[in-house]
Amino acid sequence: MSDKSHFVEIRHAQKSYGPLEVLKDISLNVERGQIVAIIGPSGSGKSTLLRAINELDSLTGGEVWLDGVQVNKDMPHRQYEKHINQMRQHIGMVFQHFNLFPHMTARENVTMAPMLLKGLSKTEADTLAEEQLDKVGMLDRIDYYPSRLSGGQKQRVAIARALAMKPKLMLFDEATSALDPELVDEVNMVMKTLAEEHMTMIIVTHEMDFAASVCDRVLFMDQGVVVEEGPPSVVFKNPTKDRTREFLRKHLAGAN
Amino acid sequence: MGLDFTVVPGHLDIILLGCAWTIGIALAAALLSFFGGIVFAVIALYAPWIIRQPFRLLEWVFMGTPLLLQLFLIYFGLVQIGIDLPAFVAGIIGLGLHFAVYNSELIQTAILSVDKGQMEAARTVGLSRGQALRKVVIPQAVRDVIPPIGNNMIALLKDSALVSVIGVSELTLSAQRAIGATYRPFEFYLVAALFYYVINLGMEAVQRRIERRIAISR
Repeated sequence: MSDKSHFVEIRHAQKSYGPLEVLKDISLNVERGQIVAIIGPSGSGKSTLLRAINELDSLTGGEVWLDGVQVNKDMPHRQYEKHINQMRQHIGMVFQHFNLFPHMTARENVTMAPMLLKGLSKTEADTLAEEQLDKVGMLDRIDYYPSRLSGGQKQRVAIARALAMKPKLMLFDEATSALDPELVDEVNMVMKTLAEEHMTMIIVTHEMDFAASVCDRVLFMDQGVVVEEGPPSVVFKNPTKDRTREFLRKHLAGAN
Repeated sequence: MGLDFTVVPGHLDIILLGCAWTIGIALAAALLSFFGGIVFAVIALYAPWIIRQPFRLLEWVFMGTPLLLQLFLIYFGLVQIGIDLPAFVAGIIGLGLHFAVYNSELIQTAILSVDKGQMEAARTVGLSRGQALRKVVIPQAVRDVIPPIGNNMIALLKDSALVSVIGVSELTLSAQRAIGATYRPFEFYLVAALFYYVINLGMEAVQRRIERRIAISR
């Protein structure tokens, strides 16, 4: 715990699959309540970096710290499993393909983990589910199975599921990429609400407008390195690096 | 000498008792094969090598040898090492484990075909791998295999006739007893066949109900 100065701290993250190096010495600090967007072409390593924060993909080198505790601690297997399960309770994650549990209703999706891991009673968990689903505007669908929800609705339930564990940090891995264009806004609205509540968030996204409007900082990644980093006004409006400019030009042209 | 079914009602009590035994044994063995199948599947996929290897041998024994031989082994063989099981218990264990191995094959495939994102999502909220399997992956896998498991259960019901050879008075043995008293094999075997058919219809109805309930939650 030598350095507790940053809420989230990634130090010299390195990841390779055999000879292929997907993350090359990446360091990143995020303060409490900050919202950071990671953008970049596919294959740039941005999802891998995000997934390394909660150890869905483990790093081959470097450290990840959250609130003064190292996430990817080196320890015996059994002990590590306990530690990582504990850490993950503090790190909510939202996936591109929602990954809602199809055999559970929206309510059960939200209540399962808190009941199992935090020992909430059925009534406590129900109150929590109502609260969280209300927050994402899904209270009226509380007893629906995912198969009867639209993509945007599924993603909102998935966000509620993550929030129900009262995480310190939320990770969004292209949360709106799989959605029909007309459903993107409802999810973005929910994320904006979280931003207003000062939830610390790291967002991998292709949506430059959204990133520009809610994020404090933008990282542009390419080929496993952070090419450029700064407030959205700088990265989007006056990028200093050629690669960033090129990416933004292509992306904004291709987006329409 | 033509068929004469008038002898049947006089022995219907034995036949019905045999039916009850068949249903009871098949039901108990079906439950054992279902839950045993889940346990076997988890062992086959996730247990450490040291547990998996001896388990594979067991699997091979149950898949590669006749069920009849397995019943003999469990009923007559185990006595020699001091395990003296009642015949119907030996029958349930034999049938149950035999079909558990077949169910396990189905469940393994189903577990592997559950979307990887499900395990990830479960781990992400803090569940251990065991908890994620139990709460998220296995329930989905099992749903997918209800129809083929149902087929196995119909095979199990039919194979339950084999436990007659270790002396359980189930439907087939009961029919034989009635035949012993009346010398009317054709009539009583036909009656037994009819009862097997009826029990099968009942099982299929139960399976359809389960499938329909699952369909609602999809």
